[in-house]
This record gives sequence, C-alpha cells and structure tokens, in this order.
Amino acid sequence: MRIAIASGKGGTGKTTLATNLAVVAAELGRQVAYVDCDVEEPNGHLFLHPTIARHAPVQVVTPQVLEDVCDGCGQCARVCLFSALVWLGQKPLVFPELCHGCAACVLACPKHAIVERPREVGVVETGSSGAVGFAQGRLTIGEAKSPPVVRAVRSAAPRVDWQIIDAPPGTSCPVVAAVRHCDLVILVTEPTPFGLHDLRLAVATMRRLGVPIAVVINRADVGDDRVDRYCAEEAIPVLLRIPDDRRVAEAYSRGELMVTAVPGMRAALRGLWERIEEQVANGTVAGGSQHANV
Amino acid sequence: MKELVIISGKGGTGKTSIAASFAVLAGNAVTADCDVDAADLHLVLAPQVQQRGGFRSGHEARIRTEDCGGCGVCARLCRFGAVGQQQGPDGAVTYAIDPLACEGCGLCARYCPQQAIDLKERDCGEWFVSETRCGPLVHASLDAAAENSGKLVSLVRDKARTVAKEGGRELIIVDGAPGIGCPVIASLTGATAVLIVTEPTVSGAHDLERVAAVARHFAVPAWVCVNKWDLNPGMTEQIEATVRRQGMQVAGRVRYDRDVTAAQVAARTIVEFTVNGAGGDVRALWLEMGRCLTV
Ligand code: SF4
Ligand code: SF4
Ligand code: SF4
Ligand code: SF4
Repeated sequence: MRIAIASGKGGTGKTTLATNLAVVAAELGRQVAYVDCDVEEPNGHLFLHPTIARHAPVQVVTPQVLEDVCDGCGQCARVCLFSALVWLGQKPLVFPELCHGCAACVLACPKHAIVERPREVGVVETGSSGAVGFAQGRLTIGEAKSPPVVRAVRSAAPRVDWQIIDAPPGTSCPVVAAVRHCDLVILVTEPTPFGLHDLRLAVATMRRLGVPIAVVINRADVGDDRVDRYCAEEAIPVLLRIPDDRRVAEAYSRGELMVTAVPGMRAALRGLWERIEEQVANGTVAGGSQHANV
Repeated sequence: MKELVIISGKGGTGKTSIAASFAVLAGNAVTADCDVDAADLHLVLAPQVQQRGGFRSGHEARIRTEDCGGCGVCARLCRFGAVGQQQGPDGAVTYAIDPLACEGCGLCARYCPQQAIDLKERDCGEWFVSETRCGPLVHASLDAAAENSGKLVSLVRDKARTVAKEGGRELIIVDGAPGIGCPVIASLTGATAVLIVTEPTVSGAHDLERVAAVARHFAVPAWVCVNKWDLNPGMTEQIEATVRRQGMQVAGRVRYDRDVTAAQVAARTIVEFTVNGAGGDVRALWLEMGRCLTV
C-alpha cells in the first residue's frame, strides 16, 4: 500500500506527520518504508537519521550534436517544442535544463548527427532507520525539473507492505509524480484561510488524479472552523486533529520526533494509523474503479 | 525600478505574511504573487480584479479515435508512457493519451501514419491585475495538476514590471515560490535583492543552505530573516552565523506569535493587526530592508 502525505503548501507539518507515522507503524509491527519525494528540500532524514546503504545518480538523457556530422540544416530546432534546441544560423545549440528528453530532434535529424547522452540531475539514496525502510531523492541545485528524480525515488524505494510517501508541497508537476497511483493521499492542512485555500486546490488536484483522499488538521485549535465545514460538505474524512503545541514546534526545531518529545502523540498517531488502514480497506474498492481508465 | 523577492526554502515559514505586510508598509509598490502553486496573497489583500487573461503553456496531444488505425506507432514513440491501449466494445484496439502524463512533445502527432493526433496548446490557468488597499497586485491561479508553473511565474513578473512602469512605481514586492526548482528560479532571476525567510529548525537551516545556493547561482544579493526565532534561540544564532559566513546579510528576527494566525483569520496583515509582538518585528524588518534597497 502506498500512502502519500501531501499539502497544498509547505510548512503544514507534512514531514513531521510522515516521519512519525512511519515510526509508529513500525512499532505496530508493520513492514514500512518512509519515502521522501520532496526532492527539492528533502528533510525526513533530519528526523529519522537513516543509515544510507546505497547512492545512485538519477540520470536523464539529453541530446548532443556531433559537430562534424551536422550540416546545419536546422531541422532539429524546428521540431523541438520546448525551445531546448535552437539553431543559430549555423549549428544547433542544446539547453539541457529545458530539454524534456523526448527524442524528437534525434528522430528528425536527416544526418543522424544527434546522439543521446546521460546527464545527472539528482541522486537517490536508500537505506534504513531502525525498522523503518528509507529512501530519498535530491535534485541537483540549478536543475529545474524534479519529476524524474521523484519517479526515481519511488522506483528505488524498499518494496514493503506500506510505503509512506512524503510528497512535495503544492499542486504542480512534482506532486503529480509523487502521488499518482497511491492508495490514499492524506492532505495536511491548518484551520486558517491560507490553509483552507490551499486545501481546496490540493483536493481539486487529487480528484483529477483519481486518488482517494483524507485530511489531517494540524494546529487544529488556532484558527476557525471553516476547514472542518469544508471537509464535511465535501465528504472528506478528517482522520486526526493535532492541537497546537509549542512543544511540537520546539521538538521539530531540534530535529526530534514528535512521538518521543510529546507524551500523548504516540497514542494519537497509533489511532491515526488504524484509521488509515480502515480507509485503505474501504477506499480500494472506490479508488480502484476510478483508476481504471487513467 | 527595484524588485525585492521574498522566498523561503519551504513553504509555511511566514513568507506570505511578511510579503503582505511589506506591501502595506510600502504603500506605493506593485505586489506580485509568484507563489502560484499556493497563491495566498489575495486572501489578505482583498483584490478587485481589473484585468484578467488565460495562460497557456506547452501542448497536449489527443487522438481522434475515429481516425486511428490502431498501428501503435504513437505508443512506441512516446517517451513518457502517455499513450495507453484500450479495447473498444467491438474488440478493436484503439489508443488514447493520458493528458496528465503527456508532456506535449508532439512526436506522436508528427509520426502518426493516419494523422489522427491533434496537438493543441494547453490551458494552464489565469492571471489577474487587481487593485488593492495598498496598490496594484498581480496574481495568478494555476489549474489543478497543471504544469509549467515556472512560466506562469515569469508571466506574473513581466506583468508586474509593466504595471510598475505605467504607474511610475519604483518598487515591486514579489512573493516568490518556495523550493529550488523551476518556479523559484523563475521568481529570482534578475531581482534586485532577495529576502530569505527561514525558521530556527534543523530543516529550516538545511533548506536555507540550498536556497542560498540558488541565490548565489543567480547572483542575487541575499538577506535572511529568522521567523519564530524564539522557538530555538540557539539555532537562530547558529543560522545567523552561517548567513554571515556565507556572505549574506541578517535582516532581522520575527518572534513566534499567535497573532499572526489571528490576523490571517481577520484577513489583515500582521502590521495592520497590531504594532506589538510580531507586528513590531515585521515593521523593523521592513525598515531594514528599505535601507538595503536604497543603498
Ligand atoms: S530531446 Fe526533445 S526536448 Fe530535448 S532538445 Fe530534443 S526535441 Fe528538444
Ligand atoms: S537536424 Fe541534424 S544536421 Fe540538421 S542542424 Fe540539426 S543536428 Fe545538424
Ligand atoms: S500512431 Fe496514429 S494510427 Fe497509429 S495508433 Fe497512434 S493514433 Fe492510431
Ligand atoms: S505529445 Fe509527446 S508526450 Fe504527448 S503523447 Fe505524444 S509523444 Fe507522448
């Protein structure tokens, strides 16, 4: 089963929830792995202190023009819809950061003057933290496209019964790569106007992807009840409300797990884990049919 | 014209609250919400939309099933696994493209022997130019699961520059995107200065280093502010020491204050809500940034 922890924006406590949940699930005897797909800012390792057993580069292929074969016809630049290959009158020039690796230029070149070469855009690390399996990806600084790294983490992650995927924040391409085909996506939000607005966007995205969703409300007592009312109207189950507690924020600031730092959180998260298992047992029926045509 | 971009390694560090407060304190600036993935400034600044437009970026391919001969060339060529096979009620095999997986490269359309594939521009969202109580706001909304937010960010910044030029305004305040990927690169390039908002947490310190590296990569002078600094004073000092060591400037500190949330619920900025606590801290931060921008 793949459970993604996501949120419309960052800083809602997504990583806190994902890491602590993985630890609690392992304590309950589940075979579990924490999978950090927030490859622009992977932070889970700061709380889980994993032992890394394997590093692997993430590579994408980028075209390279063989200068001595190219006759400068410019055909390649005409077919590149991403402006990643431009023709400057004589020879074409490739901009690797813009390239999607579609191979249109390779196929279009009448001289077979374009070859594809691997280029490193990030790294994937796998290992374990006690009984919790671990995987994370890291996008190289200056690179613009994280989805290939997200996909690489997901495919390198330990194959265990339960994968807990820490998704990147937001609603765009990397999030889609992280949550696709998950069995449940838990959206973490706060009961504030920003929280509600970002939750709405996240819900719209998840519905478009056809993944089953549930909500956890963090700092549940700080704002107003609009998030609760919204979830009730939309029939989205709220699985847990975590009260605002300065000790949680302080534990986080020191890189400590919430379940160790704040008594009471362990029981709350065990309760959450049970509700997740229930949701997944019910949700696969509804979710399965929604996936079928995607 | 000057452009101050406010960013953070991760979201939720108070970046938007600070940007909104700056917009109010500046009074005469153009504000641009470039955090298009989680655009929240409009919730505080209550914009009256004056001008709007659609945003298109990239392409998407679609197979006209009735013209498809079922040869499978498209599925073989697509590098993104976007073409799926379906069996119709009559048993015939047809192909269909998953719009969420299609990157719009056009390869399938070019090589389809039946010319059964249409490639059209993709609608991705909308942009707005609005009036608010503290001057014009340029903002945008990205459609659910839409891509290319980096391009929308560039568009918002371009519009903000045009609005500033037309109105003779000297300053643009940009609420930048979080992270280090394409939206943040698009928010940063060519800015006058960047204010990085961080928190005194191990992850905040870790993210700060990555964001600072991006700022350096694009040669934008950087200031740093630690928000909720009193959650971990030791860590705050450590972060500020790192900031100085890396050749950046410390812009100030903002304390942990529940009034920040209360202000948000009341749809006000923290500086309008109170002159004490975090409200006072953000004012001090603005004075410091104002000094930096005029030097
Ligand atoms: S592989 Fe595709 S995106 Fe990259 S340069 Fe060639 S045509 Fe452009
Ligand atoms: S299509 Fe081939 S020969 Fe023509 S300009 Fe491009 S690389 Fe050179
Ligand atoms: S290439 Fe064209 S004809 Fe062949 S399967 Fe694809 S859409 Fe149908
Ligand atoms: S346009 Fe490119 S990405 Fe989209 S389906 Fe066709 S080959 Fe695949």
